[in-house]
Amino acid sequence: MSADIVLTVEHVAMRFGGLLAVNDLSFVAREREITALIGPNGAGKTTVFNCITGFYKPTVGRLQLVHRGGASFLLERLPEFRIAREARVARTFQNVRLFAGMTLLENLLVAQHNALMVASGFTVLGLFGSRAYDRAEAAAIDKARYWLDRVGLAERADDPAGALPYGAQRRLEIVRAMCTDPVLLCLDEPAAGLNNRESAELNAFLHAIRDEHAISILLIEHDMGVVMEISDHIVVLDYGEKIADGAPQQVRNDAKVIAAYLGVADEEVESVEAEVAR
Amino acid sequence: MAREGKPIARRIDLIAALKEAALAALVAFGLFVLLIGFRTDPGPTGALVLSTRFGALAAIVAAVFLLALLRALVWQQAAAPIERMVPASLKAALSRAAPYATAAFVGFALIVPIIFYDNRYLLDLGIVIATYAMLGFGLNIVVGLAGLLNLGYAAFYAIGAYSYALIALTFGLSFWICLPLGGVLAALTGIILGFPVLRLRGDYLAIVTLGFGEIIRLILLNWQTLTGGPNGISGIPRPSFFGLPFNSADNGFAATFGLPYSPTHRVVFLYYVILALALITVWVTLRLRRLPIGRAWEALREDEIACRALGINTTMTKLTAFAIGAMFGGFAGAFFATRQGFISPESFTFGESALVLAIVVLGGMGSQLGVAVAAAVMLGGFEFFREFEQYRMLVFGAAMVAIVIYRPRGLVATRKPSVLLRARKIVPAAIVQDARSGSPA
Repeated sequence: MSADIVLTVEHVAMRFGGLLAVNDLSFVAREREITALIGPNGAGKTTVFNCITGFYKPTVGRLQLVHRGGASFLLERLPEFRIAREARVARTFQNVRLFAGMTLLENLLVAQHNALMVASGFTVLGLFGSRAYDRAEAAAIDKARYWLDRVGLAERADDPAGALPYGAQRRLEIVRAMCTDPVLLCLDEPAAGLNNRESAELNAFLHAIRDEHAISILLIEHDMGVVMEISDHIVVLDYGEKIADGAPQQVRNDAKVIAAYLGVADEEVESVEAEVAR
Repeated sequence: MAREGKPIARRIDLIAALKEAALAALVAFGLFVLLIGFRTDPGPTGALVLSTRFGALAAIVAAVFLLALLRALVWQQAAAPIERMVPASLKAALSRAAPYATAAFVGFALIVPIIFYDNRYLLDLGIVIATYAMLGFGLNIVVGLAGLLNLGYAAFYAIGAYSYALIALTFGLSFWICLPLGGVLAALTGIILGFPVLRLRGDYLAIVTLGFGEIIRLILLNWQTLTGGPNGISGIPRPSFFGLPFNSADNGFAATFGLPYSPTHRVVFLYYVILALALITVWVTLRLRRLPIGRAWEALREDEIACRALGINTTMTKLTAFAIGAMFGGFAGAFFATRQGFISPESFTFGESALVLAIVVLGGMGSQLGVAVAAAVMLGGFEFFREFEQYRMLVFGAAMVAIVIYRPRGLVATRKPSVLLRARKIVPAAIVQDARSGSPA
């Protein structure tokens, strides 16, 4: 696998008033790898996500995203819609955010908004009917159909997204993000609420899109089964600090990670605390 | 409700119905005891004399009691909202007729001047209805599609009207030049207002737009040198038929076409102008819905945060909705000015904004046909009840309450997808977000 770095997070800290949600976090996400961000509840995972996707501006630190072509973006300086549009970072949300009243197809067309906007001559040409826009729209619909097929939702393309069962809504949200042609796809707990079969399908799907579409994936996950199986690289957070970073095998056997997840016996607390505090 | 799960046929619970009716009667008594029970009349010396009307009060309370009892009993029997009491066959017939309803409505609107050529009153009413329908279509873009609650729409209407009047009077330009200018100036105002306030959402945006509407009205009222203040602007030039004025002169419309002069010509012309403007608004709205900008508006209404995550510049998107809505309001205002020949701040009060919003809400947000029907029903209803002036608001209020209870999402509440992969389908109202429910944070 290639080892080019896509995302570099350097010394990022995020402070909400008196709460230090993320403290001096540094890690990298490599191209065509699935990087998992894990940690107990309240460890600051979603905060890191929000910093990367521009919904929060980090208090300190630098977030650099590099495209294969060499273009480089400092994410902490861009508003969130430009991170999605120019730096091509797409994301999903922990609590699924679909356009519930719009059909599946419309959801996927909204994701292609910026390309279609240009094709419609910023509405002016499209208003009076232009061939170029009709072609662009047909291409966008084809792309949407491709992605709906990929997740087995093509049959329901004209149903409102809000009428889908939960698992299907999660899949739709992922392909909606894919319709923006991302370089980095950020998934916030994609397996939450899925049953075992669905989450196995999700794993296969994520591997497939990583390989076929040459994208990098950054995901937050609670389900250790999922994480260990699909990740190429794991970053573990606890109380806003990074406590481990490495391959799944390495992280699995890390004493601090085990302590953070399982807790430790009383006599071990001091030694572990000393180690964590360093 | 807990009742819903039970079978339809069941024992009548008289005690519960009586309790419900008694409660309703108590509320009615509380409401009317001072309003109807007591009355003050000027006495012989000029001082007010207090008289009581307990008989009338008792009659009203008794009527409320009986109605509530009847309703409670029927409700128990049906155990279903009114909607489910409509027979399925009627519903099926209605849904089959729906596609033709629009065509029928437009067709009827087109031949109104032919049918009612001699009825000046009805033609004027038609013009008023079409004006409000157009305002409704314009506001529908902002409220129905983009989900931005705007309580100050009359401000854009006013700006269109005043722009038209001032430009036409100052520079002597013709109707067809001043009309677009009125729309453009209203759109510009929309953009200027939109920049600072569109980061607000839901209720907060509603309050700011409400304030904006009042500010514009107060400016019109107080900037005497420009707007004439409360005296308004009179002598606004009337529209001409592509240069031919509607008068009895030799170069007038009637003489040119060899017709006997009749003031109705102008009314019919005005009717077709506003009808054309309203239809253009509908056409543009329908086109926009199928374009990325229209889908982005609807997506914005559904979930703003998801829009931002997909790379949509939400500020610009909201601003275009606001500006385009304002532009159509401005067109309607310019038309209003030329039709009336006289405008004053009195015509652009909060009541106008509320009326247009009521038309949009009653018609069904995002539905063109619903808005047109609502405009016809509301303004037609106002005229119909003109003789019963003092009961007009009572009926209006009752109608509003009924709509809110039985059709909370308006007359036409379903949403038609903007693009389809296969079959023809509509989205049930319950799933669609609207401005009132606000965006989840």
